[in-house]
Amino acid sequence: MIELENRQALGCEFQELAEFVLKAAKERGASAAEVGIDKGTGLSVEVRMGKVDKLQYHRDQGASLTVYFGHKKGFASSGDFSRKALEDTLDAACRIARYTAEDEFNGLADPELMAKDPMDLDLYHPWDIDADRAIELALQAEGAARAYDARISNSDGASVDSYAGLGVYANSNGFNGLNSSTRHSLSCSVVAQENEAMQRDYWYTTSCVAEALDSAESVGKEAALRTVRRLGGKSIPTCEVPVLYAPELARGLIGHLVSALSGASQYRKASFLLDSVGKQIFPEFLQLRESPHIPRAPGSRAWDAEGVATYERDIILNGQVQGYFLGSYSARKLGLRTTGSAGGSSNLLLSHTEASFQDLLKQMGRGLLVTELIGSGINMITGDYSRGAAGFWVENGELQYPVEEITIASNLKDMYLGIQGVGTDIDQRGSIQTGSILVDRMTIAGQ
Amino acid sequence: MQDAMAYARAEFLTPGGLNQSALDKVFTELISTDTTIADLYFQAARYESWGLEEGIVKSGSYSIERGVGVRSVCGEQTGFAYSDEISLQALLESARAARAISRAGQTGKIQAWKAQIPARHLYGLSDPLASLSESDKIDLLQRMDTKARAVSPYVKQVMASLVAVHEIILVVDEQGRMTADVRPLVRTNVSVIVERNGQTESASSGGGGRFDLDYFMNNNRADEFAEEAVRQALVNLDAQAAPAGTMTVVLGSGWPGVLLHEAIGHGLEGDFNRKGTSAFSGRIGEQVASKGITVVDDGTLEQRRGSLTVDDEGTETQCTTLIEDGILKGYMMDRQNAALMGTHSTGNGRRQSYAHLTMPRMTNTYMQAGEYDPEEIIASVDRGVYAVNFSGGQVDITSGKFVFSASEAYLIENGKATRPLKNATLIGNGPDVLTRVSMVGNDLALDTGIGVCGKDGQSVPVGVGQPTLRVDGLTVGGTAA
Repeated sequence: MIELENRQALGCEFQELAEFVLKAAKERGASAAEVGIDKGTGLSVEVRMGKVDKLQYHRDQGASLTVYFGHKKGFASSGDFSRKALEDTLDAACRIARYTAEDEFNGLADPELMAKDPMDLDLYHPWDIDADRAIELALQAEGAARAYDARISNSDGASVDSYAGLGVYANSNGFNGLNSSTRHSLSCSVVAQENEAMQRDYWYTTSCVAEALDSAESVGKEAALRTVRRLGGKSIPTCEVPVLYAPELARGLIGHLVSALSGASQYRKASFLLDSVGKQIFPEFLQLRESPHIPRAPGSRAWDAEGVATYERDIILNGQVQGYFLGSYSARKLGLRTTGSAGGSSNLLLSHTEASFQDLLKQMGRGLLVTELIGSGINMITGDYSRGAAGFWVENGELQYPVEEITIASNLKDMYLGIQGVGTDIDQRGSIQTGSILVDRMTIAGQ
Repeated sequence: MQDAMAYARAEFLTPGGLNQSALDKVFTELISTDTTIADLYFQAARYESWGLEEGIVKSGSYSIERGVGVRSVCGEQTGFAYSDEISLQALLESARAARAISRAGQTGKIQAWKAQIPARHLYGLSDPLASLSESDKIDLLQRMDTKARAVSPYVKQVMASLVAVHEIILVVDEQGRMTADVRPLVRTNVSVIVERNGQTESASSGGGGRFDLDYFMNNNRADEFAEEAVRQALVNLDAQAAPAGTMTVVLGSGWPGVLLHEAIGHGLEGDFNRKGTSAFSGRIGEQVASKGITVVDDGTLEQRRGSLTVDDEGTETQCTTLIEDGILKGYMMDRQNAALMGTHSTGNGRRQSYAHLTMPRMTNTYMQAGEYDPEEIIASVDRGVYAVNFSGGQVDITSGKFVFSASEAYLIENGKATRPLKNATLIGNGPDVLTRVSMVGNDLALDTGIGVCGKDGQSVPVGVGQPTLRVDGLTVGGTAA
């Protein structure tokens, strides 16, 4: 079993340590302080070509301390939880704060915004697994992948990971919250060969509940299928066509939206969606909802990184922007209220257009299905987008042949407005949950 | 003067009461009859960073990372555990966990401990965090802000950062070797946002290496970084859509060497080649680049960001020839992959921290200079793209396809670099891209000390470099016809 021993007692101990730090900060003259204390334990096994490759035991812990002297701020962190070490870390934070400048927007979030009666989001489910059983599962996944097709010639391995963690966040506004969560995953990556050319692809399953993981066989088979179908990939002539993003990549398009709507990008005026609340940036049929309280979901949280209570809200309603992702600092800079987004967004659910993946292929007719993106050629200030891609050429709504060594380019503003459909094939593995996304037109650079 | 070993003993062994008999106990627990490599990696790192925004230093942070990683390798198999507590008890627990990889019995073999003193040291022992006073650090950041704003009235935002790291490591291995290293690392970065007629652009510049912070104070280096960031951002304000399609590309010298890092560097790391998953697997002796092209990975350059006196397995770094006169010569190795492939470590065994496993990683990867004048190279192209700055890259080592994204590029028309082009990603095929290099410049330059390489979730500092190159046929990912 991968779990934190005496978790309840450990939680109490960390909450007391947090109070100790806050008190010690006050004694040093700090007007406000906040502290995070985290600890985690994990097991990671990797097998390759039917044998154990790596067996790793993880044990991580860290304390991060922020002190405020009026509007001056200092931060320090340490992995040592002894009271002596925490006091030294606090002294380091105070030293830093002596040299930083007054910034009137610095400070804790308002006390009335703190999470009051946080609900249990059911995120802690230790996996009753030992190294031998984890190895067995990984071997099953890799075995299924290697048996899938004679062209699977090699393996990059299969792995099983299980992690259990506990964290406390407390601040001098009286908030002291305790979270615990687990994370389990199983992944497989294999290599296929045909006529000297090799291709590699992978698949994975992940959840906070081991029972919710896909079977080792299905993960192995999916990894093999995805690898084999890439064989014989070629470049295509440069053209302008519709592009269908597979769900695991469509998530990235929403990720760019989150960056562009983040408080820091807005107040720095470093966003291609500057001052966009109320503006139509997607087609009318598109909705995006932030839903932080879904039990067992990967992005669920009752409070954000400042203790602020999270809440359900619309980010995009009928294609129009409803709000930004703000922590208390960026909210004050913009004259707005924090949205409980310090530390990032929670679960984001994109609406679909009641189209299956096959329906979207038919809707596209002739174009490119993208199944891999490499590189990070995105300019967040202008929205200009240019990335390496691989996928499949599509004619009459049917896959024709694999495509590689191409780039796809456009501008994110045009891509968002040009979305023609969102699939029901939702990928639930991450905090951003979306199906495939069909974009009306992009430039493919190839031969 | 104290040496690195004295620092390491005082940091790790003396306080933890880890004398030779304690280490004997740990290795007795760690080693089995089938163990091929076993090591302890002690690390203590102190990080300090300062961040300026809107003309003031708003944030600062200080952190300490300290612990020990324990590894046991039996052939292809690795067992690993770590602890942030440095004590005999914690080491014994980690050793038992790591050793679980082996099914064989213990050996109980006692080592004779021997401190290894590297033949040469590539950087000093002094603590870069203490190399400038706090107020000088603040002044340095403010100077970059002032300089950037003075260069152009279009500058709307300046963000500048200053980071200093002081790290002490000690590697103790199954052969009884004890090797220490004290590693300084500093880095500064300045990003600007410019706005003109409602149009916005950004750019950044910076540098660093394994030396003290006063490096940035000397020779107006901080000013130069600020000027460079503003220059690039203003160029981008005038940029038009880049062309789409396969064409001749001229790559500038220095940082565009990220081409080599992605196109061939990763594919020549020992682990992928031992496993046979790299597009370069089994191709030693084959021609993978045009005649006259030589590419090396050199960890021995003094004070460079990617350099190390010894790698994270205690092996002295070297200058490894990867490609010589167009022929593939060798791979970059750590101890495990070298042993499995019947060769020696090339001093490329690196890890992000004590909590991560060692892998073969690059140090400073660059191409040797050729004979052409850079202007001559540009003049040779009728129509193409001249790319001088990049924001990063990525590679699929199995298919060999790699990308790198241009952040400053120009159209070449009739032998002249003309209008600036918007950011565009370039894509190519690693095993043949260097066979399309038709001209190599005489202007070899290394980057300014900004590279970070990511692999399997681990980041390490690296360097790249190259002379100006003409590549006949790279796919440029623009949007224009």
